[in-house]
Amino acid sequence: MEQSVRVELYRTMVLSRAFEDAILREYHADKGPGFDIGKGAVPGEMHLSSGQEPAAAGVCAHLTTDDAVTATHRPHHFAIAHGMDLRKMAAEIFGRETGFGRGRGGHMHLFDPDTHFSCSGIIAEGYPPALGQAFAFRRQGTDRVAVAVTGEGAANQGAFHESLNLAALWQLPVVFVVEDNDWGISVPRSASTAIPSNAERGAAYGMPGERVEDNAVEAVYAAAGRAVERARSGGGPSLIEVHTVRLLGHFEGDAQGYRPELEDVPGRDPIPTYERTLRADGALDDDAVEGIATEATERVEDAISFAKKSAVPDPSTALAYVFA
Amino acid sequence: MTVTDTQAPSSHRLTTSKAMVDAIAYEMERDQGVVYLGEDVGPYGGIFGSTGGLLERFGPERVIDTPISESAFIGLGIGAAVEGMRPIVELMFADFMGVCLDQIYNHMAKIHFESGGNVRVPMVLTTAVGGGYSDGAQHSQCLWGTFAHLPGMKVVVPSNPYDAKGLMTSAIRDDNPVVYMFHKGVMGLPWMVKNPRATADVPDDAYEVPIGKAAVVREGSDVTVVTVSLSVHHALDVAEKLADDGISVELLDLRSLVPLDRRAILDSVTKTGRLVVVDEDYLSYGLSGEVAATITDTDPALLQAPVRRVAVPDVPIPYAHALEYAVLPRHDRIEAAIRSVVDA
Ligand SMILES: Cc1ncc(C[n+]2csc(CCOP(=O)(O)OP(=O)(O)O)c2C)c(N)n1
Repeated sequence: MEQSVRVELYRTMVLSRAFEDAILREYHADKGPGFDIGKGAVPGEMHLSSGQEPAAAGVCAHLTTDDAVTATHRPHHFAIAHGMDLRKMAAEIFGRETGFGRGRGGHMHLFDPDTHFSCSGIIAEGYPPALGQAFAFRRQGTDRVAVAVTGEGAANQGAFHESLNLAALWQLPVVFVVEDNDWGISVPRSASTAIPSNAERGAAYGMPGERVEDNAVEAVYAAAGRAVERARSGGGPSLIEVHTVRLLGHFEGDAQGYRPELEDVPGRDPIPTYERTLRADGALDDDAVEGIATEATERVEDAISFAKKSAVPDPSTALAYVFA
Repeated sequence: MTVTDTQAPSSHRLTTSKAMVDAIAYEMERDQGVVYLGEDVGPYGGIFGSTGGLLERFGPERVIDTPISESAFIGLGIGAAVEGMRPIVELMFADFMGVCLDQIYNHMAKIHFESGGNVRVPMVLTTAVGGGYSDGAQHSQCLWGTFAHLPGMKVVVPSNPYDAKGLMTSAIRDDNPVVYMFHKGVMGLPWMVKNPRATADVPDDAYEVPIGKAAVVREGSDVTVVTVSLSVHHALDVAEKLADDGISVELLDLRSLVPLDRRAILDSVTKTGRLVVVDEDYLSYGLSGEVAATITDTDPALLQAPVRRVAVPDVPIPYAHALEYAVLPRHDRIEAAIRSVVDA
């Protein structure tokens, strides 16, 4: 694999983490005394994707912003890897008028027509619209593709199964991605899913299924390369499951009392692991690592300060945007 | 009630969620057919504390974490109920009804009718409702009007710990499907702004609050305010404040939308001649229109002023705090509506 591609994968993961670290900080800054979920500059539920960056980086490396991505309630890593504007994203998360949804959507409902990005707070319900985007791309005579993401918990929803069948039946250019972080909130995969790998489910619907172990970003990149190429060239849909890790709670404020392996979790952080590999191979040195980190921090702090400086929506506009 | 006159009834201070759990535990002791199914109801204890401690007490055979497959496990509850069990099934947020609505309104709610009354579906569908904490348009709706609109299921909406326990007991013992909708803002959760009335004395023994009977939360003579759930507390705060200005508010907590206690609404408006309906669900085609129609269908002459409705103005619940508070029926809008009908 080319060193420059490897460095790009690393850079994407670092940027995503920097963004989420900043959101984590801002989210908790003003929740007290105690923890009131509705308080602070960033109120409401917050689902962070720390640990899951390899899936987003590896898949989105094959896409342009003409391709569509539909993410989940845990959308930031895919949004960032797909190249969404950090300022507008931060502003939406802060509920500001300059955000992607003018403060109406919030962190689980980011919609960007420029990059064909969307996400959904309702589990697996982003899959069917992704089929439609793929359908439109094909009808419009393009080779654009749609990527749809769920967690392993959501792969037990009807919408997941209906979508796989329809995509295969109509040979739609879709790449289905399942992020298996072992947990659906507090329910372990062993208590939610009858088979060890969702990738096996591809066979039931007539599409290739591939599982990537160990959160390995380069293996994701390789699998996604095959799947995207297949979709672009008219070969139909594919399913990729990435075994990943949720470093934090399901949402911020989740004490994770249900999670026995919690102590091992920080050690499974994919970013330092990948950094070590790249350093050992000579693809990164101290200067490069520092440069990537500084650039990420600067971009993120710029986005956060843009969000904070942006206007709060005027309550008199609360009824806007219900209809076009 | 098992309490005798000579013995002071014993009670405990409980939050609404603990009072709910109290009723469930009592019924689980009493009836082996009562089981609780849903997402994160086991070790987690329910995202909104609806099952705290039940797993430890009754084990994983009866307090069951399900896959995220609402159609399948709600449908499973229906089948089990048909065969004589009394399942309680949790849909984590009412907003998720869309993924499993067929099981709810075409099966759970219609089987008794379609069977000509020969098959019963004695199950409880619990679900969290309501906003006020910036959870956005897919996690903040009340939607009780939707459930109430579709025939065949009872719909209960407790506002306080006492009712939460009594209504849960009634719901479990009811031979019909009962949708039990609890507002996150009345549960007494440690991680959300706490309503002071979300903790109260609750009798230790089992008792029923009848489904279909409204409560007169506060007596008054100038205007009737009819509402449910968290809005009961907002309306009560406003009523207390307006008393200082000499406005006497009678406040009705409906406690259930189906059946609807139309008698209580009519009796109160007969007394006051004025009506304000407060509803955290959408304005059009919902509870507020139904309550208003209860008067106009019976005797429009009871009203000395037009009915005022304070509800969510047919817009999805916005994320940003300032926008969300602009559309929720909170104190300022309730007060303005009461003043306007009193002045009319
Ligand atoms: C239809 C529906 N059911 C339940 C939920 C509540 N919920 C939100 S996230 C989640 C767990 C999802 O697990 P998984 O798909 O594995 O994704 P992860 O959170 O681990 O990224 C649940 C149950 C929901 N949002 N939508």
